Amino acid sequence: MPPKTWGYILQESIRSLKRNGWLNFAAAGTTAVSLFILGVAILLVINTNFIAGSWGSNVEIMAYLNDGVTGDAVTALRTQILTIPEVKDVRFISKDEALAGLEQQFGQNGQLQESLGGSNPLPDAFEVKTTDPRDVDGVASLLGLMPGVSQVSYGQGVVDKLLELTYWIRLVGLAIVGLLGLCAIFLIATTIRLTMYARRREIGIMKMVGATDWYVRWPFLLEGVILGTTGALLAIAILYFSYSTLTSKIMETLPFLPLMNSSLVLLQLFAGLLATGAGLGIVGSLISMHSYLQT
Amino acid sequence: MIQFFNVSKIYNGVRALAGATLQIERGEFVFLVGPSGAGKTTLLKMILREEAPTRGQIYVSGRSIARMKHGEIPALRRQIGMVFQDFRLLPERTAYENVAFAMQVIGSRPAEIRRRVPEVLGQMGLAEAADMLPRQLSGGQQQRVAIARALVNKPALLIADEPTGNLDRNTAWEIINCLQEINSQGTTVIMATHAREIVDALRQRVIALENGRVVRDEHQGAYANAT
Repeated sequence: MPPKTWGYILQESIRSLKRNGWLNFAAAGTTAVSLFILGVAILLVINTNFIAGSWGSNVEIMAYLNDGVTGDAVTALRTQILTIPEVKDVRFISKDEALAGLEQQFGQNGQLQESLGGSNPLPDAFEVKTTDPRDVDGVASLLGLMPGVSQVSYGQGVVDKLLELTYWIRLVGLAIVGLLGLCAIFLIATTIRLTMYARRREIGIMKMVGATDWYVRWPFLLEGVILGTTGALLAIAILYFSYSTLTSKIMETLPFLPLMNSSLVLLQLFAGLLATGAGLGIVGSLISMHSYLQT
Repeated sequence: MIQFFNVSKIYNGVRALAGATLQIERGEFVFLVGPSGAGKTTLLKMILREEAPTRGQIYVSGRSIARMKHGEIPALRRQIGMVFQDFRLLPERTAYENVAFAMQVIGSRPAEIRRRVPEVLGQMGLAEAADMLPRQLSGGQQQRVAIARALVNKPALLIADEPTGNLDRNTAWEIINCLQEINSQGTTVIMATHAREIVDALRQRVIALENGRVVRDEHQGAYANAT
């Protein structure tokens, strides 16, 4: 493609964009809506994973020991736990430490110990952390099988629910985005077919005098890309403003709720949406060309 | 320049050409006559490779068209200028722009376009009409713009499909004179026509088609069979 024809291609694309005003709007708008929903779904998944990650790392497994497991047995057990590859950290909490912790949380000085009559009913325990919150379940059941461990407990419920949530967000998001994406492609294809119809004389003459296929196709391809990327830019703008408003609001009101706020991740997401928009445009124009520009 | 060997074309079971064989040399002026539906337009479309033959062989400038790849078609069409009964000008473009369009879309350089378009418009006697839209021109002028467009890329072959069909008698002769002038400068001209008076007066080569077959091929021929 010689560079001098780019001017022509751009000129033709803009001319036809002006011609079908309403349909352009519908095509770009549908692309925008589908990409906006795609962006929302991706941000939801990123954030639930993010939250699951930062909460999950706070979720320790407590492995309570039988009475009478002391000294060397405790050291052996600790070594055994550390051989599990998913385990990040192990801390021994003696019954005295546990009671002190309880007292700090609930009791006024000495009151708790007094009501217990001086004895300590709490067991010794190991507090175990895993590298990945998703391994909590597996590590917990391994710990339960170890000799000397009487009981295992962990806050698996929250993490599991969060991870399950991301699964559903992915599924539902994908379905909606798929459907809307098809609508966007269809509308882009229709827009471009109208342009082709409006320009059928020119196309006929181009072919008659020996213009190459690609010379005829380029303006339509570019028109599709312009429609797709316009939709994507619209979606990105809305997504950016609503997400940055949301994160700053949540930072104020729910500071314990960690939200993903990396501008690199956002940039990658937006670049992906832009590329997807351009892709939808290209697919739409190719569909039109396939049915209209044979021979 | 053009050879048809036993060419047949069947559209959805309808036979448009049935074993047509003919040969046209470089520099000839040929009338293609015959009743409507005899296969004239199909034959012309095949030279441009708008249609591929169902059977038979076609050569244009020594190249087989039946076996031509899709990507080679533009190069073929650049050797051929095409003129139609209904002119096929772009209504929203001036005479100049219509002619320039044919150069632009095959990637000619702007300087070359600015030089060549006025030249060919002048040759067709349209220097004054360059900035007018087709609807501001007479039928004869419009057809001359179309001929200018067909010639602007200097084709070796000019094909005219009933170029005088929409024109009155005097204007028709004006167009024929143009085509003869073009032919005298070396361009091969093939003209499909129903204009008996013109064919009979010029006494050029006449190829007559009927039911998809060549039924007559005479040098210095007439529109109808001499009986």
